[in-house]
Amino acid sequence: MKAIIAIIRPEKLEKVKENLVRVGCYGMTVTEAKGRGRQLGIRESYRGKEYHIDLLPKTRLEIIVNDNKVEEVVDAIVKSAQTGDIGDGKIFILPVEDVIRIRTGERGEKAV
Amino acid sequence: MNTPINPGDTAWMLISTSLVLLMTVPGVALFYGGLTKKENVLNTMFMSLIAFALTSIIWVLYGYPLAFGSDLHGLIGNPTNLLMNNININSPTPLAPTIPALIYIGFQLTFAAITIALISGAVVERMKFSAWTAFIIFWISLVYVPVAHWVWGGGFLSQLGALDFAGGTVVHINSGIAALALVYLLGKRKDTRLLPHHLGYSVIGASLLWFGWFGFNAGSALTANGLAASAFLVTNTAAATAMISWIIIDYLKTGKPTLLGAISGAIAGLVAITPAAGFVTVPAAIIIGLITSIFSYLAVSELKAKVGYDDALDVFGIHGVSGLWGSIATGLFAAPFVNELGTGLFYGNPKQLFIQILAVVIVMAYSFTMTLIIGKLLDMTIGLRVSEKEEIEGLDTNLHEETGYRL
Repeated sequence: MKAIIAIIRPEKLEKVKENLVRVGCYGMTVTEAKGRGRQLGIRESYRGKEYHIDLLPKTRLEIIVNDNKVEEVVDAIVKSAQTGDIGDGKIFILPVEDVIRIRTGERGEKAV
Repeated sequence: MNTPINPGDTAWMLISTSLVLLMTVPGVALFYGGLTKKENVLNTMFMSLIAFALTSIIWVLYGYPLAFGSDLHGLIGNPTNLLMNNININSPTPLAPTIPALIYIGFQLTFAAITIALISGAVVERMKFSAWTAFIIFWISLVYVPVAHWVWGGGFLSQLGALDFAGGTVVHINSGIAALALVYLLGKRKDTRLLPHHLGYSVIGASLLWFGWFGFNAGSALTANGLAASAFLVTNTAAATAMISWIIIDYLKTGKPTLLGAISGAIAGLVAITPAAGFVTVPAAIIIGLITSIFSYLAVSELKAKVGYDDALDVFGIHGVSGLWGSIATGLFAAPFVNELGTGLFYGNPKQLFIQILAVVIVMAYSFTMTLIIGKLLDMTIGLRVSEKEEIEGLDTNLHEETGYRL
């Protein structure tokens, strides 16, 4: 089992959710986040003065999948969240030791 | 007294008074509120609200009689009508002969209130609320009231012939200079960046200001006549041209038009046309509007950075500087066929320009000095500035136990 953590543009969330459903991935946890990448944010200009804003609003998705679904899910996220511009985000894949469904007490792959 | 009260004028002045009220609450409150950090939005709005409430009381207790009572040595009004005593509800005043005096009092009240509320924009995010409320009381009593008397109430500047149709000197230069004096005493904020937390509020606030400004300027005709109509049209023209002018400057400097620039330009234009509104033609309003954005833009983007004062929301840069230009422009463009009371340099009366400059210099010197004295005394007694901890955490929770957003 793997945890897929995806940091995406907030405006891409709806499309990402749609495409994940298409590949049979339903569960997810979504949080509002702030972050920056290599370009260190953006510039804003107020009354003729420029300001550097280095932490931008992002959306953070956490998805737990069985090993055989990882590539499919990652592919769906990349395809639906990509604009080609700086700031599209990142995906991290982490190993998951165990999963427990609280309602039934099931563990492991059955609980994913 | 057999009064020639005119119902049309009376109705227009009731509306104008309400329009000027709308400029402060919610106009200034929203305009400034949107420009501050989200931790200070309530405190910023509260500063405008309390300014309106306190000034309302001062004005009917003693403010109006001292500002507009019969002249004493050119300096102050004779306070024969304290607490509005001996004012017949149906009688006019010599300054507004076709409307009940009580409406004129209310109209002038709203001017006093917006003037002090405007100053708050310079000191937001760091001034104690207690110090602000005390400042309102002292400043209205010791600065606004005498200056209003000098320029409008029959005092020495009006005797000299100074022109200020709706408040270029009394409202905008006065508040702009006071703002500068107060920020000098307060010092810089820990974080001096202007990063508006909700520019949408500011757009609504600025739009309400524009709307209310018709009461401010066209209402200053004190009658519903051609002069009011002329003031209305030049007001709108100057605001629109100044907005476009600021957008062009933004575009030339940064390559992109900004919304904050657009509304800043509109307000600069409204400020600049204010002293001139009842004296100038539409072409003059276009020139006044186009030029004022250049001055205000330079003040907020260059002068402020060079001198290093922390005028948080650019009260001096926009109200002080555009008010200054507008007052001088009145001396240049006042056309006798618009209003027989004013003839400017371009219509053959260079003396008017000299009078305008003199009036401006006197009001600037008085306002700056008195504000420094009041501010210093408050600093030595109750203290002007919040603690470092309160400033960093935000004033809403620390001073009011409230928060603007619970998301």
